[in-house]
Amino acid sequence: MEKEILEHGLNFNRRRFLSSMSLGIGGIALGSLLMPDLFKNGELDEEALVAGMPHFAPKAKRVIYLFQNGAPSQQELFDYKPKLRDLFGQEIPPSVRGTQRLTGMTANQASFPLVGSFVNFKQYGESRAWVSDLLPYTSKIVDDICIVKSMYTEAINHDPALTFLQTGSQQGNRPSMGAWLSYGLGNENKNLPNFTVLLSRGVGNGQGVYSKLWSNGFLDSVHQGVQFSKGEDPVLYLRDPEGMDRKERRDMLDNLSELNEMSYQEFGDPEITAKVKQYEMAYRMQTAVPEVMDLSKESDDIIKLYGPDCLVPGTFAANCLLARKLSENGVRFVQLYHQGWDQHGNLPFEITKQAKDVDQASAALVTDLKQRGLLDETLVIWGGEFGRTSYTQGKLTTDNYGRDHHPRCFTIWMAGGGIKPGIVYGETDELGYNIASNPVHVHDFQATILHQLGLNHEKLVFKHLGRRYRLTDVSGKVVNDIIS
Amino acid sequence: MKSPIDMRRTLLFLTVPCLALVFQCRTSDSSNQAKEEKVPEEISYNFDIRPILSDKCLVCHGPDANKREAGLRLDVAESAFQALKENPKAHALVAGKPEFSQAYLRITSKDTALLMPPPSSNLKLTQHEINLIEKWIKQGAKYEKHWAFVAPKKPSVPKVEQEEWPKNEIDYFVLQKQEQKGLKPNEEADKERLLKRLSLDLNGLPPSLQMMDEFLADNSPKAYEKMVDKLLKNTAYGEKMAIHWLDLARYADSHGYQDDGYRTQWPWRDWVIHAFNQNMHYNDFVTWQLAGDLMPNSTKEQLLATGFNRNHKITEEGGVIPEEYRIMYVTDRNDLFGKGLLGVTLECAHCHDHKYDPFSQKEYYQMFAFFNNVKEVGIESVIGGPETYAKKPLMEISNEDVKNILTFVNKQDTSRLIVSVMGDLDTTRKTYILKRGVYDAPGDEVEPGTPKSILPFNNKYPKNRLGLSQWLFDKKNPLTARVYVNILWQEFFGKGIVKTSGDFGMQGELPSHPALLDWLASDFMEHNWDVKRLVKQMVTSATYRQSAVITKEKLAMDPDNILLARGARYRINAEFIKDLVLSSSGLLNKTIGGPSVKPYQPAGLWEGATSGRGLLSVYNQDHGASLYRRGMYTLIKRTVPPPTMGIFDASNRDLCEVKRLKTNTPLQALVMMNDPTVLEASRVLAAKLLQEKTDAKEKVAKAFRLIVCRKPSDKELGVLTAYYDKQLKTMKPETAQKMIAVGEYPLTKNVDKKTLAALMRVVSTIYNLEETITKS
Repeated sequence: MEKEILEHGLNFNRRRFLSSMSLGIGGIALGSLLMPDLFKNGELDEEALVAGMPHFAPKAKRVIYLFQNGAPSQQELFDYKPKLRDLFGQEIPPSVRGTQRLTGMTANQASFPLVGSFVNFKQYGESRAWVSDLLPYTSKIVDDICIVKSMYTEAINHDPALTFLQTGSQQGNRPSMGAWLSYGLGNENKNLPNFTVLLSRGVGNGQGVYSKLWSNGFLDSVHQGVQFSKGEDPVLYLRDPEGMDRKERRDMLDNLSELNEMSYQEFGDPEITAKVKQYEMAYRMQTAVPEVMDLSKESDDIIKLYGPDCLVPGTFAANCLLARKLSENGVRFVQLYHQGWDQHGNLPFEITKQAKDVDQASAALVTDLKQRGLLDETLVIWGGEFGRTSYTQGKLTTDNYGRDHHPRCFTIWMAGGGIKPGIVYGETDELGYNIASNPVHVHDFQATILHQLGLNHEKLVFKHLGRRYRLTDVSGKVVNDIIS
Repeated sequence: MKSPIDMRRTLLFLTVPCLALVFQCRTSDSSNQAKEEKVPEEISYNFDIRPILSDKCLVCHGPDANKREAGLRLDVAESAFQALKENPKAHALVAGKPEFSQAYLRITSKDTALLMPPPSSNLKLTQHEINLIEKWIKQGAKYEKHWAFVAPKKPSVPKVEQEEWPKNEIDYFVLQKQEQKGLKPNEEADKERLLKRLSLDLNGLPPSLQMMDEFLADNSPKAYEKMVDKLLKNTAYGEKMAIHWLDLARYADSHGYQDDGYRTQWPWRDWVIHAFNQNMHYNDFVTWQLAGDLMPNSTKEQLLATGFNRNHKITEEGGVIPEEYRIMYVTDRNDLFGKGLLGVTLECAHCHDHKYDPFSQKEYYQMFAFFNNVKEVGIESVIGGPETYAKKPLMEISNEDVKNILTFVNKQDTSRLIVSVMGDLDTTRKTYILKRGVYDAPGDEVEPGTPKSILPFNNKYPKNRLGLSQWLFDKKNPLTARVYVNILWQEFFGKGIVKTSGDFGMQGELPSHPALLDWLASDFMEHNWDVKRLVKQMVTSATYRQSAVITKEKLAMDPDNILLARGARYRINAEFIKDLVLSSSGLLNKTIGGPSVKPYQPAGLWEGATSGRGLLSVYNQDHGASLYRRGMYTLIKRTVPPPTMGIFDASNRDLCEVKRLKTNTPLQALVMMNDPTVLEASRVLAAKLLQEKTDAKEKVAKAFRLIVCRKPSDKELGVLTAYYDKQLKTMKPETAQKMIAVGEYPLTKNVDKKTLAALMRVVSTIYNLEETITKS
């Protein structure tokens, strides 16, 4: 296999490839997307030969990541801990807390009283998974998803934790997961960016998002996440100026190409031809993006499935529906961020609204993909950057409390893309504070995602300033138990 | 020194097919015939062998003591030649005898259990690499010290055949290489293109019409040099030069973490511009920034210069552990010192001994100790009002200061102005090796010191940042001059003589012209680190002045222009694209310095990504003259950097950067077509031209000249005027009305809207030409 890849790569001397290609629309844009970085710095990069195609047969082709930004409380959603209610107001035993470092927000707190969830849980489906009453729609799809209760991370604050989950490192400037996949697998479509980002915000206490989370890092900027936003210009500068129609844009581009061609005749620089191709790709995006953003052709059943919010641009529901459409059109990685999950205080009130915001549409996305036969090849991920503490932050009353950041355990779920459906993986202790079985480190999680897309996380490397970088840094093991 | 490997590859590229045939006939064991390359007569350790060892062997047999396998080091001769620990009768290397050298036997073993590198490492040696190692052992397996760690000696200027071509020393080195490879340099570029290139390189702005006319009319032999001197004197020179330094110094207008609050670090930027314009010599320039506060009778200006080391990100996220972040700030300074000033990846020794370069983890923390004594805390305040715009230690700049001492600071009002600067504790904070680089896992205590392999710290120097600066500019320091000369070379020629400008270590690229690099570095030091002199040397060379035309033959022989047999042809930096648009349309506001500005930006970018806290949670766009400031003054909010800048590869200023990518994407095409900045400039320039008493053809030609910086050819003018005529014929009044409504610059009265809209389209098309934003 490796030899095949090598030979395949060698047949694609990029320069020959580009020059032999007709001036047909998008040839070069497509070419450079298919063979990303192959001749970076003008030298054949052996490692890059491996990029552009999977290392082995993939289960999934695309990813939709529903990132719950701010860290949703697992105690209120998936990790049912009745014991915590029994121990209401009692101090967390030091043996449980151990030497866990605390955030500056609770480090000076005089006591750490435990608090159970205000919300009730029930078991659902054949898997008998526990889900809280805050997630009525999610409870109906438990047999389609794999709930992982034993995720853990190394960071205890939002910025480094988000960055860690998205790039494998707590510090900035590394490529994001979507960029790695774009680099590793290339593009299936020629009219849309390969890695797109959609933002929304709930009513809960919010934490910002940062463009470094969808950065290409040291990879070519063609792998950068492109943010799609609500409003008339879903991609920055996509819309032609007022008063310019498609025919007029075409006319302008034809003149432009003619002039650039003269320049090419004089200088012979292949960059000039490449530039012309990028203008053509931009022209195609101008049609393709609004088409994919147009939700008016969706059936009533679909609107009903995702809920009425899906017709309000910029909501989580609208973004879920849009995510399906982008994914359906071959976008490799669709990254959603939904802000508002940072419940340091006033948790019962805030989390109820947060959960309502995302529950129906998250479940709808899985159902929708399934009924279209796309769930097998699409990996859906739902979760935040860390968990929350079993003790309260701030004042504890019978009906109100808060929870601080907790890196030692948190819950996420995954669906489709060759992940075992209808299972619950990993357990936490009875106080929901430490992992009791099957811990999954962030790098394990990332290794598993890459694996499902046919990539070996130890082989998907990029050499930068003398070092071979990986999404999983220097660790990570594929979690084989959750793979079907 | 030997010729670099890059060039060998270029030559080999041509000979591959016949060699492949030879190998196919000759032996059966060369399975990899497509990659067969010629092994040079004499093997050079530095150029042929070390890159292989470094890339494929040293992870397990290198400087990192904790990861070393079998006790064997291959980067040090003594270790490689001594008896193997596991088998005292055998040796990894036996000079002259590959057949007795275990290293050779293991890399050629058919037994996968013995094969090196082990298949599990995902690393593999090519047949060519094995051949090189074999021949190197046959020739005695001679080690050499890594080239970059040996202080440069000024080589003599080489002899060339084409003696009439060189204009200064640079050209002899460049031409000699070309002649060896049978290449000839290009002709000098035509005057118009040469002036555009020069003006963009020295001022970041296109030349004015007046300059173009002046230069075209001046046929004296000194015409070009006169232009060089003129451009070096413009204050725009300081602005242009500042940008590479702002990238290196990770300058931004926000604190960078989470809520990402506003900071007022811009007076430091004003100082950088000022320093370049004053032609402050590089040794002073850097010393002030590293240790201005520690200098005898330190001045306010010297203190302001130290803002350099406070440009890093600072958290305002409530709930963090202060010490964790304080350590990050020190780490950031240390890593910048390594990458930006020494050109080495010191950062790799943060958690363990360096895997490739001879830097121990202990040495990392010895360097760290120099930056570990700052009177700062990990978190001083959460996001808030003006008192949070700088963090202690800080300096206050009063209106009085601006009037008397800091005259270059563009302070525009009377409000309190604070800047984060350096300042040390009275008693030294102890520094420990941090195990695995973790802030709360201190190991042994260390004293300030520098990596021995570069240059041991001279105990005559004080053990503080001032002493560190003296060490940096010690004539025996092998890196400082080479690294900065290379960064400037990259500014003018598009890529460095060492392509990996931030890594001169074992894993970095080898220099394409080692003798030239050493000559330039030595000469730079001999002339007391005079930056303007060095810049002038580069841009007056014949090498720089060549035309950028790429013949098929040259493209095939030297696709990456390593031999510099043609002028550099590159898309200009993000900031200069904006400058070009504003300048050519006459909109440019030439104010220097001051607080950053908020020009047009698509709605909702900041608002969509914020927690809602702080001054930068809502984008309140500026109006009037602020809209037309140079690109470098656009406010950089780190978590949501200005979009057009990022699309054109500007640094996000997260960490020290010494080299920008140069990409070409469809998003860039969208910016040039639809960004209101470009459209507004098109309208304003069109309106101006329409007020002149010229015919359509002359108007189009003038627009072309202003934007592309040369007169159009008849063919080009033909296409554009035909386009204009067609637009004029088909433009509907309501369309015209919409078209010209872009931007806040007032509409010119008494101009026919239809005509204006038609000409605006033509101007906008010219802005979109590939050549417009390219220096060629």
